[in-house]
Amino acid sequence: MMALPYITEHTGFTGTVYATEPTVQIGRLLMEELVNFIERVPKAQSASLWKNKDIQRLLPSPLKDAVEVSTWRRCYTMQEVNSALSKIQLVGYSQKIELFGAVQVTPLSSGYALGSSNWIIQSHYEKVSYVSGSSLLTTHPQPMDQASLKNSDVLVLTGLTQIPTANPDGMVGEFCSNLALTVRNGGNVLVPCYPSGVIYDLLECLYQYIDSAGLSNIPFYFISPVANSSLEFSQIFAEWLCHNKQTKVYLPEPPFPHAELIQTNKLKHYPSLHGDFSSDFRQPCVVFTGHPSLRFGDVVHFMELWGKSSLNTVIFTEPDFSYLEALAPYQPLAMKCIYCPIDTRLNFIQVSKLLKEVQPLHVVCPEQYTQPPPAQSHRMDLMIDCQPPAMSYRRAEVLALPFKRRYEKIEIMPELADSLVPMEIKPGISLATVSAVLHTKDNKHVLQPPPRPTQPTGGKKRKRASDDIPDCKVLKPLLSGSIPVEQFVQALEKHGFSDIKVEDTAKGHIVLLQEAETLIQIEEDSTHIICDNDEMLRVRLRDLVLKFLQKF
Amino acid sequence: MPEIRVTPLGAGQDVGRSCILVSIGGKNVMLDCGMHMGFNDDRRFPDFSYITRNGRLTDFLDCVIISHFHLDHCGALPYFSEMVGYDGPIYMTHPTQAICPILLEDYRKIAVDKKGEANFFTSQMIKDCMKKVVAVHLHQTVQVDDELEIKAYYAGHVLGAAMFQIKVGSESVVYTGDYNMTPDRHLGAAWIDKCRPNLLITESTYATTIRDSKRCRERDFLKKVHEAVERGGKVLIPVFALGRAQELCILLETFWERMNLKAPIYFSTGLTEKANHYYKLFITWTNQKIRKTFVQRNMFEFKHIKAFDRAFADNPGPMVVFATPGMLHAGQSLQIFRKWAGNEKNMVIMPGYCVQGTVGHKILSGQRKLEMEGRQVLEVKMQVEYMSFSAHADAKGIMQLVGQAEPESVLLVHGEAKKMEFLKQKIEQEFRVSCYMPANGETVTLPTSPSIPVGISLGLLKREMAQGLLPDAKKPRLLHGTLIMKDSNFRLVSSEQALKELGLAEHQLRFTCRVHLHDPRKEQETAVRVYSHLKSVLKEHCVQHLPDGSVTVESILIQAAAHSEDPGTKVLLVSWTYQDEELGSHLTSLLKKGLPQAAS
Repeated sequence: MMALPYITEHTGFTGTVYATEPTVQIGRLLMEELVNFIERVPKAQSASLWKNKDIQRLLPSPLKDAVEVSTWRRCYTMQEVNSALSKIQLVGYSQKIELFGAVQVTPLSSGYALGSSNWIIQSHYEKVSYVSGSSLLTTHPQPMDQASLKNSDVLVLTGLTQIPTANPDGMVGEFCSNLALTVRNGGNVLVPCYPSGVIYDLLECLYQYIDSAGLSNIPFYFISPVANSSLEFSQIFAEWLCHNKQTKVYLPEPPFPHAELIQTNKLKHYPSLHGDFSSDFRQPCVVFTGHPSLRFGDVVHFMELWGKSSLNTVIFTEPDFSYLEALAPYQPLAMKCIYCPIDTRLNFIQVSKLLKEVQPLHVVCPEQYTQPPPAQSHRMDLMIDCQPPAMSYRRAEVLALPFKRRYEKIEIMPELADSLVPMEIKPGISLATVSAVLHTKDNKHVLQPPPRPTQPTGGKKRKRASDDIPDCKVLKPLLSGSIPVEQFVQALEKHGFSDIKVEDTAKGHIVLLQEAETLIQIEEDSTHIICDNDEMLRVRLRDLVLKFLQKF
Repeated sequence: MPEIRVTPLGAGQDVGRSCILVSIGGKNVMLDCGMHMGFNDDRRFPDFSYITRNGRLTDFLDCVIISHFHLDHCGALPYFSEMVGYDGPIYMTHPTQAICPILLEDYRKIAVDKKGEANFFTSQMIKDCMKKVVAVHLHQTVQVDDELEIKAYYAGHVLGAAMFQIKVGSESVVYTGDYNMTPDRHLGAAWIDKCRPNLLITESTYATTIRDSKRCRERDFLKKVHEAVERGGKVLIPVFALGRAQELCILLETFWERMNLKAPIYFSTGLTEKANHYYKLFITWTNQKIRKTFVQRNMFEFKHIKAFDRAFADNPGPMVVFATPGMLHAGQSLQIFRKWAGNEKNMVIMPGYCVQGTVGHKILSGQRKLEMEGRQVLEVKMQVEYMSFSAHADAKGIMQLVGQAEPESVLLVHGEAKKMEFLKQKIEQEFRVSCYMPANGETVTLPTSPSIPVGISLGLLKREMAQGLLPDAKKPRLLHGTLIMKDSNFRLVSSEQALKELGLAEHQLRFTCRVHLHDPRKEQETAVRVYSHLKSVLKEHCVQHLPDGSVTVESILIQAAAHSEDPGTKVLLVSWTYQDEELGSHLTSLLKKGLPQAAS
């Protein structure tokens, strides 16, 4: 969602954007923080000539290795954020949204964050699921809705965990013990983080942990321009939370224990380190602040303040950035660095479990998931393994999905349905021929009974046949079946034909009506009537033949 | 003939104990399960024995839907599910699920502990009943089973109030519960999309009222409260713990702050604080303004409003007290009312509708001498004021909702018969739809004609659509196909495909007619003459002269041959299949008439 303004504001996009309410509210906070951080350090000039490939090649690493530099953009403004968000239409989980009458779109809980969604795009006969950033672990959000993903023709799978080898539970434990150790030794702990998401879980763990670890006197500071909003918003989305937290709201109690941490003054939040914070600030302490890249935001000040002392610790929990790269400009550092990435998104074991459960006909995923990570090329378990093999895609590649649309829904009006005459062809299978008027509106098709005058009966038509050219749009049905010769001859006799001669041929029979100079060739799946130009006779014969055949 | 049947067990031409049975597409749904505030006997609960004489309710009902937490909509729920016995799903929104058990418990306490009623549901029954509840989100499509689906819309009546759409196939019913079409100080307005249900079941509490602007009413209310407090009087505002109470609290809170008033405002019972807490946690269900500003200032944290203690009622000096329940039929509000009723300086403001039989209803209808329990007579000297703050849609609002949803017919419940009659006429006139107002136990049957959804093969559909784009599109085109019915799977395919799928061979029926023409020329020349003749007559058809000497009209083949005996006669063999019957027959008769003289 963080790139939404680039699409809605600069590409001429005029469509609707669908998102859940928590996504919009928390997304706004994340963008607001980013804009705030960037705007604090305005740049007077910006250089772009280096993006020329020939120059970029000559630059030192990591600049020369950067890919797609031409697509790099300036950060948006708050005005653009607001404009982008105003184009969003709020939706709820399991809400069916009709698009142009042709397809239905439905968000489902993905279990990763407040309001995070997987999406189903389906018509009446086809179903595509988009699974991105999902989690099967029990954290604060509503659990992932797996059942609704079943019977997908295609499942697009992306947003898997970035640290497939780390177990989030173990990482949380390590986080707590390292934090406690540092604080007990009189050091400070710095946690570079985003203002929403994992921080709620970390605070909850610490809430349970601090008393047993004897940390009740240590202040926790959460510094972000949106810290207050983030903590407040987290408490009002009861309907988007896991069952345990919902039950708390019913009591009614705030779903997250950080409300209590704030009440008891253990957790304090500030919009920035200027102002109130500087007077309240006590050491040793724990500080949660952004940005996790360590390139901008209040975290930079703390790195510089605490970097020189080996008593202090910085603990990385966000998996988005390599901690070594993040620390590079601050080296040499005396401060301890702990890396406990917490990424609750699906790992490869969970993916195969999910795919077994959901059983899509085809899986589509980014190319990198179809092979082990380059750094651990021997780990064959770190890739998606499914049957049939997943189809992979790359940036800017167009992929044709392997299904063919065969059917679409059409509604038969009750009056028309009443007029249909079904006949049983095989046990359990009945057929009815339908002649109806097709009405199509908003991609919805309706069959209505044909208006009477345009379907004249055959007899009437023929009387006037010499006057007007017949309307060949009145199609004759197809025929099927075969004609038993003996019964046919009997029928002929019954209708007054005499002098009938039957000859056997290689493929069937020839029935001769000598008097009328008429020849009827009867074969397994064809009948040929050859006669003089005697319309009355021909029609009589035709109707006789038709009696033996089924019409479609 | 498929039909929708609706039977109110409660709230039919009445307000109270809302309970409506709906049968749609073979499914049975019960809407609301309320109690009647005006009765203390059997009439308090709906007559559930009507549903099935002997059978189990669970077997008969597919689901129960509760629109909001007011007791006249959910008060009979534990009785129904635990004492009568129902184990199926009960649907309601999250706030309703949170608040409903608290109000039920409150109601139980008044009934059992204070009035000493026996054979009432217990606390445990309330808990067991709530375990059967499934919470729904707004706009979420809940699949009750394969065919029945329900969807909640925002109703704005109280926190968590919802309207429900019940849908089976292409048939649907919308039940509004109680709703409010004008946003107030804490809730937004009800909204529904143009879902065109077969039937809209709407409340009609204010069927004949068109209320003036909310602002005027608010000003009036504040003025009255202010005057009473100024002259040292006590103001009693009977409310239900959740809903109007919060709106009026916000109103008074801001007024007190602006006017810098000192008189205390109290809110009775512990429930209130809890109630405010619910509003804080379910702030997403309140109106835009409150949601936007809640981080800076939560509107439900009141500075001037304090918890009430029973002893405060005897304190001297002015005060404002919000006390429950809202219809003065029991509890704290009634106690305070009895204490204050004798003093003309005091005032009671009834901010909502009162059901017949309650003290509230009596004083509003002008009664000033009330017979209380134990034959005591209470003389009411205090000022009695009525202000309609209850969040029901007025006549204008109801019409607005009918316009929004565009139903095929309307059914009125939750209102008084006389007023309904008026609204019914108005709806029938304005929207030209039929409108019903059944009494309790009376069944309305609506025949429906659902269309039948089938799958059409895309090939057939595209072929037809492509032809539909011709300039001739105005003329209705006929689509021909074959409907294959296998079990409950219906598919419409082209005839060719149907044959292929069923493994049937097509039987070709072909006709060849000999037409004798008097023409002494060679066969080839005859063919050319036939060609040019047909070309000039059949302008709309594709007439071709093939290199082998034969002539085709569309797919009809015409060959000229010499007559075996008479050289002056040529035989034309006209050959066509049954599918070209009309054209073939037409051609032979055309050729029989001979070729035009001009050409020879």
